[in-house]
Amino acid sequence: MLGYVLLLITVLAVASYFFGRKRAAAVVGGRQQELHSRPSYHGAYVAAWVGLPSAFLVLIWLLLQGPVIDNLLLWSLPPGTVDGLTSGQISLLLSEIKSVAAGNVFSEPSLAVQDAAARYHSWQIIARWAMAAVALSIALLGLFFASRRISPEFRARHGAEHILSGLMIACSLIAILTTLGIVLSLLIEALRFFDRIPALEFFFGLNWEPQIPIREGQVTGGGAFGAIPVFTGTLLIALIAMAVATPIGLYSAIYLTEYAHPKVRAVIKPVLELLAGIPTVVYGFFAVLTVAPAMRQFGDMIGVPIAPNSALAAGGVMGIMIIPFISSLSDDAIAAVPRAMRDGSYAMGATKGETITKVLLPAALPGIMGGILLAVSRAIGETMIVVMAAGIIASLTANPLEPVTTVTVQIVTLLIGDTEFDNPKTLAAFALGLVLFLVTLALNVLALHIVRKYREQYE
Amino acid sequence: MEAQPAVRVQAPAVPEPREGQSVARLELKMAARDVNLWYGEKQALFGVSLDMFDSSVTALIGPSGCGKSTFLRCLDRMNDVIDGCRVEGDIRLDGEDIYAPRVDPVQLRARVGMVFQKPNPFPKSIFENVAYGPRIHGLCKTKAEYADVVEKSLTRAGLWDEVKDRLDESGTGLSGGQQQRLCIARAISVNPEVLLMDEPCSALDPIATAKIETLMDELKKNLCIVIVTHSMQQAARVSQRTAFFHLGKLVEVDETSKIFTNPTDQRTQDYVTGRFG
Ligand SMILES: Nc1ncnc2c1ncn2[C@@H]1O[C@H](COP(=O)(O)OP(=O)(O)OP(=O)(O)O)[C@@H](O)[C@H]1O
Ligand SMILES: [Mg+2]
Repeated sequence: MLGYVLLLITVLAVASYFFGRKRAAAVVGGRQQELHSRPSYHGAYVAAWVGLPSAFLVLIWLLLQGPVIDNLLLWSLPPGTVDGLTSGQISLLLSEIKSVAAGNVFSEPSLAVQDAAARYHSWQIIARWAMAAVALSIALLGLFFASRRISPEFRARHGAEHILSGLMIACSLIAILTTLGIVLSLLIEALRFFDRIPALEFFFGLNWEPQIPIREGQVTGGGAFGAIPVFTGTLLIALIAMAVATPIGLYSAIYLTEYAHPKVRAVIKPVLELLAGIPTVVYGFFAVLTVAPAMRQFGDMIGVPIAPNSALAAGGVMGIMIIPFISSLSDDAIAAVPRAMRDGSYAMGATKGETITKVLLPAALPGIMGGILLAVSRAIGETMIVVMAAGIIASLTANPLEPVTTVTVQIVTLLIGDTEFDNPKTLAAFALGLVLFLVTLALNVLALHIVRKYREQYE
Repeated sequence: MEAQPAVRVQAPAVPEPREGQSVARLELKMAARDVNLWYGEKQALFGVSLDMFDSSVTALIGPSGCGKSTFLRCLDRMNDVIDGCRVEGDIRLDGEDIYAPRVDPVQLRARVGMVFQKPNPFPKSIFENVAYGPRIHGLCKTKAEYADVVEKSLTRAGLWDEVKDRLDESGTGLSGGQQQRLCIARAISVNPEVLLMDEPCSALDPIATAKIETLMDELKKNLCIVIVTHSMQQAARVSQRTAFFHLGKLVEVDETSKIFTNPTDQRTQDYVTGRFG
């Protein structure tokens, strides 16, 4: 039904575009120069009036229909049915009614429920038809209103442009509001967490054992929410990744801009950037199945025990993954240094190496820093490789050969299984998420700031 | 006073200016003989031969695209960094072939400095801009020595008084004319013997231009200066000898006063009187 309504609105809008265009041309008898706006603008104006309000109405309707019907249902139940029920029990009751209405009956439902299910069924049908009728009439109203305005003087172009810019604002608002919503939900849930676990313990505790029993009879550990081991694990892995990615990325960028033949560069650059396109799960495989065993063998050879899950394997492979962030941005930054800088340096008798280290790299530093910071925030946010290759046990260690865990991995493990958001275990995920968000936000802001502050200072 | 032939054919390996010329009392610093240059397949210079003397300014003039910059860049081998550029012929600095295999362009460029059309200070402090050359060539040992070189070069470039209180500010924050003088200070910081200037004033206003012209007068006392310019007045003001280029060929070279008053070649005549170019 919904699909048909939307399809109908679309068809109507398209048709009214052609209608408006034709009508505008007809109003002036085909002499287009007498129109203020070209006929297609008139068409677009009419189409917008037909399509947008009705589509908007359908959206609102869909948002409100569920809650409204639910409330009506509760209302219509025999008096006293819902007295003394918790909100959880009420929603259980509602879903029972709905599943009965959908024909899924497992046990014999009570008479009240059966009645309610019948009502629910009929109300739903009414609501659908009502929606279709209202949407259609709004579309027709729009058509009537907009097509009456078509006249030679009518500034349809301005109208269409206004509508377009309104649409653009709406789109950017959606992005902003979504971000805001995410941040707010993170913040609120994190605050609930800090109600139960003191922030001091979370930020400075050295013990992380979040698997507390949340249902009776579960056998788990004691429960401790000191996040330091998780933070240090994240830091360790990010450090290893950056230690791998920074030199490789930077040197390949220098090679590509300053030494490589243009033909070589044309091949190597896209191939390097391909690294960023490989799914992280594949990197995870690579880390677990190839890198980790190889490292263990090597460790055995030289007599150093290396755990099967190690920070080194995960960090190293993650480093490979983020090479393109550094190489690509550094490459752009170095290539953007004006020719005049190179000439100036060469003319002073500098060698290629001196020119690169003393002039090009300093001049390109903002861009390079931006790339590195982006890579860091990517490394901190990376989950899959770490889950697969570094383990999920939080241990406080600086030894890269031991398993560690990271913030993102902990969030995943905390939310797997039980997702009742009323205990410290699941709420801890939000606190971790908030920390992660703040750190990556700070890194991004810093990167932007650096890039902007030093941009084009050689101009 | 006898006119020097515009283009010498069959130049001697170590050319000597002929006796009786007014320039003979000057010492020959650089000599180009039969220089041909190709950018890929396209030939940009055709048999250019030119003498450049110590303690004097040689001006290169000619219409746009005639190869002045190209020739200038041959003199410090800056064309080496351009892909597909090939130079033939003989260019000597103090009688020594600068294209000989054992000559390192890096060392050559310490002896032959260059100032570009657009001021191109590095995005570093004023101090570091000037100290750049001494640093890469290891000319100084102590901080005091560097400070000394920087002060001397900036003074010679006539910029010291304006920047002495802000040596650690960025060189790119100066005005255009100051930037160009900073670039001159940078170029002379390594005590070059030859200074090549490619339209050094074309981005500057008349006052900054006048400052740089005065500066050239001062600098030429112990330097061989070669300057490319589009301004006849500038060539007349600052140079002792002027070379006129046209379509990659050196048409005529002579004392500046002669080129501007009584040139031998019709094309030179047309150009300096503003009839083409
Ligand atoms: N890097 C290059 N690659 C290919 N051709 C070049 C290159 N540089 C210069 N040329 C060509 O060589 C010729 C001479 O150029 P050059 O820059 O020396 O002229 P110019 O006399 O300095 O001109 P202007 O007065 O405009 O600076 C021109 O035809 C130009 O197109
Ligand atoms: Mg030029």
